[in-house]
Amino acid sequence: MAMNLQTVMFYLLSVLTIFAALRVITSRNPVHAALYLVLVFFSTAGIWMLLEAEFLALTLVLVYVGAVMVLFLFVVMMLDINLERLRVGFWKWFPFAAVLAVILLAEMVLVLGSSKTAGTNVNVAKHAANYSNTKELGRLIYTDYIYAFELAAVLLLVAIVAAIALTLRQRTGTKHQVQAEQVLVKRNDRVRLVSVKSVPGTENK
Amino acid sequence: MLNTSLSHFLVLGALLFAVSIVGIFLNRKNLIVLLMAIELMLLAVNTNFIAFSHYMNDVSGQIFVFFILTVAAAESAIGLAILIVLFRNLRTINVDDLGSLKG
Amino acid sequence: MVSNMQNLYLLVPLAPLLGAIVAGLFGKVIGRTWTHRFTILMVGVSFVASVLIFQDVKAGNIFNGTVYQWITAGDTSIEVGFMIDQLTVMMMLVVTFVSLMVHIYTIGYMSEDKGYQRFFSYISLFTFSMLMLVMANNFMQLFFGWEAVGLVSYLLIGFWYDRPTAIYANLKAFLVNRVGDFGFLLGIALVLMIFGTLDYKAVFDAAGSQVGVLAPIPGISVDTLTAICILLFIGAMGKSAQFPLHVWLPDSMEGPTPISALIHAATMVTAGIFMVARMSPLFELSDTALAFVMVIGAITALFMGFLGIIQNDIKRVVAYSTLSQLGYMTVALGASAYSVAVFHLMTHAFFKALLFLAAGSVIIGMHHVQDIRQMGGLRKYMPITWITSLIGSLALIGTPFLSGFYSKDSIIEAVAASHLGWATSVGYFAVVAGVFITAFYSFRMYFLVFHGEERFGKDDHAAHEAPKAAAHHDAHHGDDHAHEYHGLAPGQKPHETPWVVWLPLVVLAIPSLLIGYFTIEPMLFGSYFNGAIVINHEIHPAMTELKHEFHGAAAMAIHALTTLPFWLAVGGVVTAWYFYLVNPAIPAFIKRKFSFIDTILENKYYFDRFNDWFFAGGARGTSRFLWKFGDVKLIDGFFVNGSANMVGKFSGVLRRIQTGYIYHYAFAMIIGVFVLLTIRTWLKEIMGFKALLGF
Repeated sequence: MAMNLQTVMFYLLSVLTIFAALRVITSRNPVHAALYLVLVFFSTAGIWMLLEAEFLALTLVLVYVGAVMVLFLFVVMMLDINLERLRVGFWKWFPFAAVLAVILLAEMVLVLGSSKTAGTNVNVAKHAANYSNTKELGRLIYTDYIYAFELAAVLLLVAIVAAIALTLRQRTGTKHQVQAEQVLVKRNDRVRLVSVKSVPGTENK
Repeated sequence: MLNTSLSHFLVLGALLFAVSIVGIFLNRKNLIVLLMAIELMLLAVNTNFIAFSHYMNDVSGQIFVFFILTVAAAESAIGLAILIVLFRNLRTINVDDLGSLKG
Repeated sequence: MVSNMQNLYLLVPLAPLLGAIVAGLFGKVIGRTWTHRFTILMVGVSFVASVLIFQDVKAGNIFNGTVYQWITAGDTSIEVGFMIDQLTVMMMLVVTFVSLMVHIYTIGYMSEDKGYQRFFSYISLFTFSMLMLVMANNFMQLFFGWEAVGLVSYLLIGFWYDRPTAIYANLKAFLVNRVGDFGFLLGIALVLMIFGTLDYKAVFDAAGSQVGVLAPIPGISVDTLTAICILLFIGAMGKSAQFPLHVWLPDSMEGPTPISALIHAATMVTAGIFMVARMSPLFELSDTALAFVMVIGAITALFMGFLGIIQNDIKRVVAYSTLSQLGYMTVALGASAYSVAVFHLMTHAFFKALLFLAAGSVIIGMHHVQDIRQMGGLRKYMPITWITSLIGSLALIGTPFLSGFYSKDSIIEAVAASHLGWATSVGYFAVVAGVFITAFYSFRMYFLVFHGEERFGKDDHAAHEAPKAAAHHDAHHGDDHAHEYHGLAPGQKPHETPWVVWLPLVVLAIPSLLIGYFTIEPMLFGSYFNGAIVINHEIHPAMTELKHEFHGAAAMAIHALTTLPFWLAVGGVVTAWYFYLVNPAIPAFIKRKFSFIDTILENKYYFDRFNDWFFAGGARGTSRFLWKFGDVKLIDGFFVNGSANMVGKFSGVLRRIQTGYIYHYAFAMIIGVFVLLTIRTWLKEIMGFKALLGF
């Protein structure tokens, strides 16, 4: 069996990915689901490495696992979720879904896996020794796709603002300084001169 | 089957996609897992892109993945923010309880 | 001179029309006296103009021209025009004269009616319509006049519109007429289709070319001319109340007596006879049609006479008499003796109008009792009415020297001389037998009213008894039975009616006596109708044989003393005298013994019952079915509400897709993607399938 290492790795990682994905959707505990999702990402990163997309593989790990999944875990652990009610009628739609998915899969495989699909029979060109995936990406992003890049940046900004705007709470009842008001204070707001009538018989003699 | 070809990766992508569809059907009530299933879907698509980019010797596929990653991240952030606000108000993430607009 | 005559032609119909409009619109404003003065003036003008035109026509000036072109559609044009020839002017004279008499009579008869001005308006309008009918020179104008007289007849029969019997009668008249008009219209349409024009002259000139040609009606093999003639005659059957469309005429007695005289004796019902005479060029070319005409006329003449025998309402007797005489005229038409028919039309107009007006006079004198069983011995109290009624009755039965004799006898001889096979036999039998019957019922009425024991004023409740033959009382001129009392109180005697009532009687009695004697020769055997009436003398030799036999009016009268009809008439009078004056027990006995026949006669051969059950009931039933099922269930329920319901149900089903559950919507999206993918993948196969299925 002249199966080379890549093929072996591919199959290993694929199996791992699929298994983890299945566990994501069937786990009872959402924390487990989140962790399995992390596993999915890791193994997928491995697959992307096989496809010589190093930069993106690492980005996947850094961004997705490091940020998004952490976020997920935060939220999952923060929320007090009533698991019982969520599992009611869990398997009810499964047959329908299974059939649908299987047919969908079959169709996709038929199309994508057939020899008629473009690119399935090509031999990949080998890269030069000093090929840098990052450099190639950068070359394209900052020249041809600069506009999309900027838009993506704005999108992220918007996402930040949106997330904050959604979740920011004003806590009432706490004391804090509002400098703007402090600066605008007038004398009359602070001092009130009162004329006090002295009680008869208590003059200072 | 010996050497991995494009079809292998594409089938993998298709499989992941199918799994996530089943996941949507199964986890219809749990908002968090629903979001996770959506992440899976996006991942499947990304895998497809990378595979195409590799086998067609075109880096543009990876650029696309780049942007999909960006968007996906933004989307999950906001999705979770909404979830939190929802939870604050309703104390539940069960879809069935989101019925106040229902006629 | 010509344009003067043309103005005169226009004056004849338009003067009464003006009278009608003024009386109708301004009657209340100008008051009763001025209304009747104006309308009588207008009809008088029309009469005078007719006389002048008569002189002109006798001098040989015939007119056929267009006055106004109304519609032009392609090759056909519909015009208003006049054809003034001998036939027309004769009719014009009769119509205007009788109308004038009736107008004068109405002053007295309707003096207490609250619809006085309306009545004058209607009878003037009728005069206009009838004149338009007789003066027409094309089928469309004829039809206009036809319909117009039908309309005015409807208005007049139902003059006292708050009486349900009157409304029933006028609707019946209109509907039965409609049946006739339907045939008439088909005939006119056929004329237009075959000849391409509605003008009389053009059609008559082209008629010869259609002999032997089959009518272009699919499924029926009949001569064109036969078809046209029979269809036109169906119209005449409706208008002139021939069997079986006769049922409306007795009921039309619901209207006031003046119009019974004007419309249902002298003029409107003769429109059919006039029309057939006018269409003589067409009828001569179809023996089948002539035979049909003769048979129908014969049936009417005889069987309506039978019904006259048992009537107890004075107006009904005269009504059935009219029906019978119309049958006589029709028989004459069938025998191709058109001039004889028209001659009888003229004489009949005079003596029948006289009889009706006299009946009205009697009714007034009896304080609105119409049942002849409650009259008797009136000759002492109403002498003028008595004498004129006697003259009228004698004229009717065909007493020699009187006008009716000449026309009736001519009819009998003409029928005998016609060669229409079995139709001739039927016709001859009917007209001869009818002589006896006519004499019998006429003099039954005469004796019971004017002679014998005085049966009035016996019992004031007798006035309320409604006999089986439905004798209706004239309404109290419109006021609602303020005094319940009809008839004469015990001891009260009838007296003669005012001069406005008996003057027309006298004026009408004169032509009833004399006109036959003087006009038979020029009208029948002279050249009076030359050109106006066309007869094919070889096939239809009736007129030539009559002419052969005619030796002058006096000789004809004397010769009659030896013929069968004269003795039949005498026999009828004697029988009536015997049965009703000498031995009144006999009719009662016969009635009991032959109660079966009596029942049939009382029920008018069950025609009314049948029509009511079959046609009226059928129409009601069909309408009810169409309403309940067709309209309510089918259209409303199924199409209108049903489609709304369908939409509602369908949307009710569709509504379930919108569940409000997010995951359902997500599923919908996924399924959508799946479907799109499937279609995209299997597109070729799907296209293949469609081709296979033949889309």
